[in-house]
Amino acid sequence: MSKLYSVAALFNTPDDIMHAAAKVADAGYEKYDVNTPYPVHGMDGAMKLKSSKMGYYTIAIGLTCMSLMLFFMYWVYNIDYPQVIGGKPLFPLPAFVPIMFEITVLTGAVLTVAVMLIFYFKFPNNAHPLHDSGYMKAVSSDKFGINIEAEDSNFDLDKVKAFLSSLGAYKVDEIYFDEEEANTKHKILDTKFVFGMFLIAGFTSLSVYLHMNKVLYMPPFDWMLVQHKVTSQDKSDFFNNGISSREPVKGTVARGFMPYLFTDDPEGAAENLVNPYVADEENIALGKRKYLTYCSPCHGDLGKGDSRLKGQFPNGPTVHSDKVKSWTDGHIYHVISEGQNVMPGYKKTVTRKERWAIVNYVRTLQRALDAKEEDMQ
Amino acid sequence: MSTIDYTKNEVNVHGNRSLKEIDDLIVAPLDRIPDKRFFIAIGFTSTLLLIGVIGVALSLYYGTGLWGNNNPVGWALPIVNFVFWVGIGHAGTLISAILFLLRQRWRNGIARFAEAMTIFAVITALIFPIIHTGRPWVAAVYLLPYPNQHDIWVNFNSPLLWDVFAVSTYFTVSLVFWYVGLIPDFAVLRDRATGKIKKVIYSIFSLGWRFSNRHWQHYEMTYLILAGLATPLVLSVHTIVSFDFAVSILPGWHTTIFPPYFVAGAIFSGFAMVQNSLIVIRKVFDMNDLIPLKTLETMNKIILLTGTMVGYAYSMEFFIAWYSGSQPEYFTFVNRAFGPYSWAYWTMFSCNVFIPQLFWFKKIRTSIIPMFIIAIFVNVGMWFERFVIVITSLSRDFLPSSWAYYRPTITDFAILLGSFGLFFTLTLLFTRFLPSIAIAEIKAVSEGAQPSHHGGEDHE
Repeated sequence: MSKLYSVAALFNTPDDIMHAAAKVADAGYEKYDVNTPYPVHGMDGAMKLKSSKMGYYTIAIGLTCMSLMLFFMYWVYNIDYPQVIGGKPLFPLPAFVPIMFEITVLTGAVLTVAVMLIFYFKFPNNAHPLHDSGYMKAVSSDKFGINIEAEDSNFDLDKVKAFLSSLGAYKVDEIYFDEEEANTKHKILDTKFVFGMFLIAGFTSLSVYLHMNKVLYMPPFDWMLVQHKVTSQDKSDFFNNGISSREPVKGTVARGFMPYLFTDDPEGAAENLVNPYVADEENIALGKRKYLTYCSPCHGDLGKGDSRLKGQFPNGPTVHSDKVKSWTDGHIYHVISEGQNVMPGYKKTVTRKERWAIVNYVRTLQRALDAKEEDMQ
Repeated sequence: MSTIDYTKNEVNVHGNRSLKEIDDLIVAPLDRIPDKRFFIAIGFTSTLLLIGVIGVALSLYYGTGLWGNNNPVGWALPIVNFVFWVGIGHAGTLISAILFLLRQRWRNGIARFAEAMTIFAVITALIFPIIHTGRPWVAAVYLLPYPNQHDIWVNFNSPLLWDVFAVSTYFTVSLVFWYVGLIPDFAVLRDRATGKIKKVIYSIFSLGWRFSNRHWQHYEMTYLILAGLATPLVLSVHTIVSFDFAVSILPGWHTTIFPPYFVAGAIFSGFAMVQNSLIVIRKVFDMNDLIPLKTLETMNKIILLTGTMVGYAYSMEFFIAWYSGSQPEYFTFVNRAFGPYSWAYWTMFSCNVFIPQLFWFKKIRTSIIPMFIIAIFVNVGMWFERFVIVITSLSRDFLPSSWAYYRPTITDFAILLGSFGLFFTLTLLFTRFLPSIAIAEIKAVSEGAQPSHHGGEDHE
């Protein structure tokens, strides 16, 4: 036999329940409750309940949170990151009022409901003995019930039953604790629980993996990695020659460039052009940087003709041949500017100073790879 | 004799049903498989929703360049729609909170439904500022003050941030208010449920409600407090939405009449929307007794009142534009009425000011089809009001060299249609899955539900 929770009586009309509740309260019972499908006016008086204190929670919570928000905004504007916006002072109280008001309402409403449900009602609680009883099904629809708990100090089963019947109840029931529900203990190693946890963990990991590794690299989530613009090495469907990089307009000179006078005249260049730059440390460093960018892919890092492109493009010849060593600076400058055989000219992309710096660097390489005794000193 | 007996409360629920019959009637749509009318309706609304989803997906993939927004009209249709939908929501809170405080018991039959519409309208509204950021998965979090890698905070001086707080508070509080009202009804459903799955779901949502009077006592107090908090909240929300415009310096926006004018307009359009939906619901679910014609007539009176207030605001704006002596202000208003957007202005004016005046006639106020059509006109008019405010002011501001004529694109319209689809799909699902009338509230005001004045003393 399971434990008795209460004796519950059902009544037909609101008048009956008012009368019964008043009598039960007068009889000195304390642990009893009235259950009605809707709030019945005057029931609090009949049960001798004190009026609800919920309003005090609302005002305390609302004002506290409002003050915290005001302090937060003060802290942001005056301590953490002082910043003048729109010529307003650092503590513009009128501008803070709307937010303070909203925070008061938000916290007041949400937390009052939370206090009521969690601390007053001890919800959620679906394991209460009244649940699923015929009594509960009647009072949730159209009947009015009163139940006196077995824990009440005046409780005596037969007396309570007789008392409730005498008040005009059409039905008096005993409500028992559900044996099974009362004795159920939840174990942490329950198979279903563990399985559920694994399922959640698996789903979370998979979704994090997919987000971090796939979704973030798909448009439109990829921080605009894919853009409809032309970059220098793109193939072009728009221009006739299929190259996205454009030639300078004919007859114009770009800023910082001078027209090259010896276009089809390598001998003239070799004879007339003189390197205007002294091969000092700075100039050679510049030459090295430009050489590694523009020349080394074909000619190799040290100019030995050992291309880094591994046969994807014809290897450039070595710069250490006697032929190149015998050229004047002007001749090397001419080859850099105009190109030769399959080598394109660089006069449009590399400035005059940079080209002369490359010449100096090539000379440096020639001398370094074929160093003589006196160079060591 | 036709004198009214003021000592008796007016009957709010007709048909003299027993409490059990009220349960059956309200829960009926949840228990039976819906008929063809429901599937046709939801098929239509979800098609609209799908059009909107496609519009939004294309906008997010290709960018907001698919919209008509461009200099100088940067705040185009998305903001128009946002203000329109937030406004729709206001009627729900007015019915559930303000009329509750005023002890207007006719509200009980429609309060639940109106609150649900508030929530769905705010959800619909929130979509617009979020997609207006272009890349919401990046931008939406920047709206909130949280410690971030940029080491800066949001601008607490800005009406746009006030708006973030106002609308999110409004949504949260409406949701809590709605859910608190639903708890006893979930318990009713729980005790009626026959299937196991239904029972588990309803048990979870009812939180174990026991209809205890020791609970009802705090519950009623909390409900009163929520109504008390929601009342200034609903007034503040559209006030703050109007600050988005009024705090700027643009002619046509920079006016002090905006807050009351926006609130009146919001209630105006919201009531029209609720009235439209209620007419459909009471027809489809045979709830003519629970939502009597008297309720609809009262709503029409409020539509007439707020419509007249809006008409006053339009006229006063014009008067002040002339009286202020400010040339840009004066130009803006003449431009509204007679400039390139005069078609929008006169659509707005006739739908909002002239047509609702028909509600002065009791015959029109109490017949279903005319009031349904008038309410549709009101909503069209209120959408155009926001269009006129946002578009005409921006398209011609101080600098004539930057003037331009704004045209929405097909994507803009797809998203607008989608917003109606979302709203009505949610509303239909709500009527199918939740009790669309507050069971406990309607029981409390039905005939004979409260003890007689002497509280059962006749037993002695």
